[in-house]
Amino acid sequence: MSDDVLNAQDTDPSRRKFLTAATAAVGAVGVVFAAVPFVASWKPSERARALGAPTEIDLSKLEPGQMVVSTWRRQPIYVVRRTPEMVAALPKHDAQLKDPKSAESEQPDYAKNEARSLKSEFLVLYATCTHLGCLPKQHFTPGDPVVGADWPGGFFCPCHGSRFDLAGRVFNGSPASTNLRIPPHRFEQETLLMIGVDTAAAPAAAANASGSHSHGSGGAA
Amino acid sequence: MAAVPENNAKPAGFRAWLNKRMPIDAFVAEQLTGYYAPKNFNIWYFFGSLALMVFVMQILTGIFLTMHYKPGEAIAFDSVEYIMREVEWGWLIRYLHSTGASFFFIVVYLHMFRAMMYGSYRAPRELLWLLGMALYLALMAEAFMGYVLPWGNMSYWGAQVIVNLFGTIPVIGPGLVEWIRGDYGIADSTLNRFFALHVVALPFAIALLVMLHLVALRQTGSNNPDGIEIKANLGKDGKPVDGIPFHPYYTVKDIVGVGVFLAIFCAVVFFAPTFGGLFLEPPNFEPANPLSTPTHIAPVWYFTSFYAMLRAVPNQQMGALIMLAAIVVLFFLPWLDRSPVKSIRYKGWMSKLWLGVFVVTFFALSYLGLQPVDPLYTLLARVFTVLYFAFFLLMPFYTRFEKTRPVPQRVTYHA
Repeated sequence: MSDDVLNAQDTDPSRRKFLTAATAAVGAVGVVFAAVPFVASWKPSERARALGAPTEIDLSKLEPGQMVVSTWRRQPIYVVRRTPEMVAALPKHDAQLKDPKSAESEQPDYAKNEARSLKSEFLVLYATCTHLGCLPKQHFTPGDPVVGADWPGGFFCPCHGSRFDLAGRVFNGSPASTNLRIPPHRFEQETLLMIGVDTAAAPAAAANASGSHSHGSGGAA
Repeated sequence: MAAVPENNAKPAGFRAWLNKRMPIDAFVAEQLTGYYAPKNFNIWYFFGSLALMVFVMQILTGIFLTMHYKPGEAIAFDSVEYIMREVEWGWLIRYLHSTGASFFFIVVYLHMFRAMMYGSYRAPRELLWLLGMALYLALMAEAFMGYVLPWGNMSYWGAQVIVNLFGTIPVIGPGLVEWIRGDYGIADSTLNRFFALHVVALPFAIALLVMLHLVALRQTGSNNPDGIEIKANLGKDGKPVDGIPFHPYYTVKDIVGVGVFLAIFCAVVFFAPTFGGLFLEPPNFEPANPLSTPTHIAPVWYFTSFYAMLRAVPNQQMGALIMLAAIVVLFFLPWLDRSPVKSIRYKGWMSKLWLGVFVVTFFALSYLGLQPVDPLYTLLARVFTVLYFAFFLLMPFYTRFEKTRPVPQRVTYHA
């Protein structure tokens, strides 16, 4: 019966093919747009983002050589108050490090120096290992038997054996490829640390300040 | 098509009514009583039907666990303890489910090994193998997300390690990880979406893949230990002379397998549900603690072979890539094997040796992945990682150039 309605001669296959392809393409675009809300629903919610606001840590009670663990954005943060000896020892093992100058590593510009800090006394780190996110444990004593006799002191990850020095820099032979990350931070007062905001008030001044700090530590070494 | 047997007694009454509306009899005739399977199946052929049974069991026990379990970082761990201590028979339902997960992998690994031994992945069954591999991937995702749900400390840190693997992808990695977690760390949002995927999305995906796997199997028919096509030798009735109807012969045989399986399975459920920390790891009996990594993180045993490879590489991106490659290479098995024969029975000594090396490698890596970080273990893991890949990448050569034995015309069979 279709013969009466539709003759093979009357149909234009290329036109039909084009229309089919065009309809399918428009439909596919529609599917992509329709998927956007669903895909976007997996992003951190407004609440998660609000809870990710900067956080304050009072370091006045932290003794030299001690570490405090805090959290920001659900990530553990280590703050170490390094002794002058710890800071002075940092450049000695540069040769054993994968990235001694932190060129490949993630840190704010004001912490891209030998001590990887704003003030060489305070080391602020994301505690999560750059390998796969375990928490490297503190092994600050040089020669700690758990890590090895030539151990200069630092962090050791129990999961996969990554080793970091007291500036969070990764040693050769670790599965981690980059140094421990450093979160944005600034000092509101001498020992009042704010995590989650950059030291950005005066970029030139900040650069000078960190510069003078690394000079200071260099002089100590 | 519909090959309804020309019975003298035509179905009457309700059955006739039913068959007019739904082709029940035709389906049974085509897929069960009229589906011929090789008559020389051995013990290795139990594991396909067992995998299906474990899947059904996981769905059933899972449904009942969902009735008491509560996703949410503040309540998940407590709700599991509640199931274990206060829900009537809750401990049994949970242990059936957790032990079922490990047995699912045992059965699936044996099923895959069977395919590797007898060349069941070879033409014309490549798609069958690929669908099976897709099932394996879906099962791995299902098991991983299920392990996160009790929100123990190993759940938390396991999720941390596995999700961070996606962070090693260049450029999009960090954003992708945040998107997967829905937060800046493994959080409530992560737990909730894993629950949704574990309970709704992945079981549907697995069910669909199981169906496709079976449809593909019905098209090609089963391989057998001799690796010869029974369809090539048809009798006067048009049926394979070396085949027997799936029902009742193999349905009955499979039920015996189910009986043996359940005896072993129940012994584990009742007497060793944690299996010495292999099926349920000790740190997972502590609640998740974002500030304390378990001293030694290891996934459950069925992932440890890949985990050992990940740890063996001193570069995170390469490690993740090697781990991925170890799984991806399995997909290519049908094209890596160039032997003129399918079954290991007729392959040469090199294929036999390499298959043996592969088995040792798999066990060794699985063991090494469970051990703490140690220079000797890392070295061994590297050696076995190389052997693992050598088995696959050298396959085109040793299968082609070795001397094979002649394949019989008929299946070898001892009644």
